Amino acid sequence: MTSVAVVGAKPASPATITLTIDGVRAQTQRGQSVLEACREAGIYLPTLCYDPDLEPYGGCRLCMVEVEGMRGLPTACTLPAQEGMVVRTESPQLDAVRRDTLELILADHAGDCLICRKNGHCQLQEVSSYLGVDCRPALLREPTRPVDRSNPFFDFDPNKCILCGICVRACAELQGAHAIDFAWRGLETKVTPSGGGLWIDSNCEYCGECLIRCPTGALAPKNSQKASRYVKSVCPYCGVGCSIRLGIRGDRIVSVAGDKESPVNNGRLCVKGRFGIIEAVHSPNRLTKPLIKRDGNFVEANWDEALDLIAQKFHEIRAQHGPEALGVIASARIANEANYLAQKLARAVLGTNKVDCCARICHAPSVHGLLRSFGSGAMTNSLAEIEEAHTILLIGSNTTEAHPTVGSGIRRAVQRGTKLIAADPREIELAKIADIHLPLRPGTDAALANALAHHIIAQGLQNQKFMDERTEGFEEFWAVVQKYTPEYAEGITGVSAEKIKRAAELYARGQPGMIVYCLGVTEHRTGVVSVQTIANLALITGFVGQPSSGVNPLRGQNNVQGACDMGALPEFLPGYQRWDNPEHVKKFEDAWGVKLPKTPAHYPLIFCSRMWDDILKGNLHGLYIIGEDVALTEGNISKVRKALQSLDFLVVQELFMTPTAELAHVVLPAAGFAEIDGTFTDSERRVQRVRKAVPSPGECKPDWQIVCEISNRLGYPMNYQNADEVFEELRKLMPNYGGITYRRLEEHPGLQWPCPDEAHPGTRFLHKEKFTRGLGKLVGIEQEPPEEVPDEEYPFLLTTGRVLQHYNCASMTEQVAGVVQLVPENLVEISPKDAEALGLKGGDLVRVVSRRGAVKARVKIRQIAEGVVFMPFHHKEEPTNLITNDALDPICGTAEVKACAVRIEKRIKTL
Amino acid sequence: MSDTRARSQLIPLLQKAQQKWGYLASEALREIARELRIPESKVYGVATFYAQFKLTRQGKRSVKICRGTACHVRGGARILAETKKRLGLQEGETSPDYQHTLETVACIGACALAPCLTINEEVHGRLNTIKVAALFGGEEDA
Ligand code: SF4
Ligand code: SF4
Ligand code: SF4
Ligand code: FES
Repeated sequence: MTSVAVVGAKPASPATITLTIDGVRAQTQRGQSVLEACREAGIYLPTLCYDPDLEPYGGCRLCMVEVEGMRGLPTACTLPAQEGMVVRTESPQLDAVRRDTLELILADHAGDCLICRKNGHCQLQEVSSYLGVDCRPALLREPTRPVDRSNPFFDFDPNKCILCGICVRACAELQGAHAIDFAWRGLETKVTPSGGGLWIDSNCEYCGECLIRCPTGALAPKNSQKASRYVKSVCPYCGVGCSIRLGIRGDRIVSVAGDKESPVNNGRLCVKGRFGIIEAVHSPNRLTKPLIKRDGNFVEANWDEALDLIAQKFHEIRAQHGPEALGVIASARIANEANYLAQKLARAVLGTNKVDCCARICHAPSVHGLLRSFGSGAMTNSLAEIEEAHTILLIGSNTTEAHPTVGSGIRRAVQRGTKLIAADPREIELAKIADIHLPLRPGTDAALANALAHHIIAQGLQNQKFMDERTEGFEEFWAVVQKYTPEYAEGITGVSAEKIKRAAELYARGQPGMIVYCLGVTEHRTGVVSVQTIANLALITGFVGQPSSGVNPLRGQNNVQGACDMGALPEFLPGYQRWDNPEHVKKFEDAWGVKLPKTPAHYPLIFCSRMWDDILKGNLHGLYIIGEDVALTEGNISKVRKALQSLDFLVVQELFMTPTAELAHVVLPAAGFAEIDGTFTDSERRVQRVRKAVPSPGECKPDWQIVCEISNRLGYPMNYQNADEVFEELRKLMPNYGGITYRRLEEHPGLQWPCPDEAHPGTRFLHKEKFTRGLGKLVGIEQEPPEEVPDEEYPFLLTTGRVLQHYNCASMTEQVAGVVQLVPENLVEISPKDAEALGLKGGDLVRVVSRRGAVKARVKIRQIAEGVVFMPFHHKEEPTNLITNDALDPICGTAEVKACAVRIEKRIKTL
Repeated sequence: MSDTRARSQLIPLLQKAQQKWGYLASEALREIARELRIPESKVYGVATFYAQFKLTRQGKRSVKICRGTACHVRGGARILAETKKRLGLQEGETSPDYQHTLETVACIGACALAPCLTINEEVHGRLNTIKVAALFGGEEDA
């Protein structure tokens, strides 16, 4: 860009500058521009191309000023403020030139304010009125260029565009997507989506950063209504936990904006957060009344009928088969308070330890792996620290799509010089900009991590002091790792030894180095141990326990961290307190006034991934599932469905009639995130408040209240007045949450655990001087292959994951018309070479077949390791998990949904 | 990526691709973007900024009508109209059989020969509608 680079550059020494603006003394910090100094002094200067979050541009020239001793009329936005500067913002000359300039801008602007969607908050209007320039001639001009209405969320009207470049810069600098740029030249110059065609055919990610910043009506939302009040909340769509402001009008959400004050997302959102909330919350498909299945059909019931039936059935099953014949699956989507009460219901009321949540399907290996290596199973650092890392080693995380605002943060960091190593079978967006892309075969993460460790040690790049002082287990570690030379690992991973060596050196030399990983590592039967091999890397380099340095699993669902924290896991009591610690057990027995069920003396624990066999064996007869669509999201769902169908009694508490709910005997309508008070804990251990913003539809109730009503009917009174009371109980039992209160959450933008007391500010990063377990544990682990490897009959290795627009089982995102338009059906990604060999073209319909079943999908050709294909798992019409494998990690019971053998059959009839 | 760096790396490659294929197809632009690790949108922006780059397949004969002042005063508009009529093309269009592409240019620089046009590199001057008809009348393959 043509901007003056000095602005925004790091100041030599932080210093205050004094200057004179319009005869008045003003102060600002070194590094600020004259425009910023004016704004700080409360002086308005007309601007059209300035945006405080973007690099200065100097394009519109409206902010010009006079500076004593300087020739010409410099633009204030690009002029660094300097000591002693004497600035005039107003003079007859300035006024005349500004008006001329604005008239030139207006000469290319065609549009009628009265019917423009930006009317009233258009910056062009504001500037025109300030300068007394009539912007009505625009009305008389014929718009000559076609409006691009192709994308589902906003329109682009080039006739109204003033070429300020804010959208182009926002897309490049903030989102890092570079989906749009100026094309053509002179009078023809036009903001153009990549590819030169329509917006919908570009690589736009629909983050909306361009849209919310456009100063004119050129970019305008399809639907917009002004709100009458605002409520702070948290996005319900992923583990990042972006903070949002819901705009409410009457009893409906009419707008969603990112919260600029939030340290999590600084105002940024992704397509789901920005455009996917309103239609999901206010969907006409929401469940609104309790339903009871009678003769195979659901009939509406009132709450008393439904709850009485549940109590009666649970009672009967317990009487007949014992408490262990009952189970509860809590949810990574519901609030902490409800999760806490759900596990309490299981353990204290039903008397069973068969309680789990959807963390089982994703990051249970992280909880166990990091607990074994470090002593705490959560992200070691904060999300914001990722952007400050010198080097990021990214493994098995398609961050751009699965954790979008973190993904754009990584892109911003790379644009500023952070080094990036991306290990992923696919050429994901971040692999395209990475310094090194390691396209490994799915399920070979341990071999890769071992080889990286081998090379670091072979080159003497380890942090010996850190290893001596803070780790143990080197001998055992090295006994295994010494054979993992990069050359040896090349044979297993498919990544060249040379690349492995370069990556090892880049990571080990990058101070601070940060590891970010996700489900590519964990959703294998070797998940726990693979996580530990990754933790090894941090332990030998000492890249843990500092800012921007650690091992960071990105948690998937909005409250999966919280659900684990609350003890919705059979292997832990709330706060990861332990069954094998009598004090911990006694604490809960005293607090709850009951004896806890006997556990886990008898391993294996019944994780939810083991419940299906447990049901089929006749050990589990009644199940209460809250907000999880296991019939779609587990591995090998044919078995899951069979198990659910053979239950004596299934209760499902949901927002929508999901495939799991279809199989229930009783369905309970729950209130959504915008309809309740409560807390979510995001991936960086930050506990944040959601607030009741709108009433629930129909007779929906908050999850925690429903649990209480069931408990009361089973003779264990749960009489909480509100969610706050539930939180008070749980925080007193969980040392890490001890200092977090609803009152403090009003004052802070969330608090990160550990937060032991009410004076504690929360913890940005873990393991500073000491690991939670004392010493960090190095372990030597051999790479085991996935249970299924390709063979003649099933020659491809299938791996699965998310797409940007959908969220897991898609029960919420499929309510959003724009999302459905963008990703209407299941797809299978395949490398160009494999596609050619099979005679496939993009858009062909194929059948993907495994030993367990077959699904239809559209072919998408993309750079991916040969022999590997990828499918998302969102579409209930053609559910990918019909074919995935349910081989379990022996330690934590996570299914190997990221690797199974498949073949691809061309459809006989192409549509 | 700064504009200048993008351009300095890009332009030689765009020229090469255009030499090879005669124009820059969208697949070619995408490949170049991937190769140079420059955003596709930037590649498109640069490719469209320079008139020398063609984004669509061009006709065998590139016909350029001069819009310079000298041509204008000597009836350039009629030459353009006649050419459009003869070729059945608007400015910027290519005939479906890829024989002709019609464009106008700011000035060919042969003002002494005004009004004039070029067919590929060859200048045809002192034109009138009859001469234009002769140039394009029927024998499209010349
Ligand atoms: S919505 Fe986001 S990705 Fe799309 S053009 Fe705008 S800024 Fe770029
Ligand atoms: S679309 Fe809006 S933000 Fe983008 S250049 Fe035009 S006026 Fe500026
Ligand atoms: S990144 Fe996650 S939390 Fe943020 S807006 Fe998107 S889905 Fe919501
Ligand atoms: S705001 Fe300074 S030039 Fe546009």
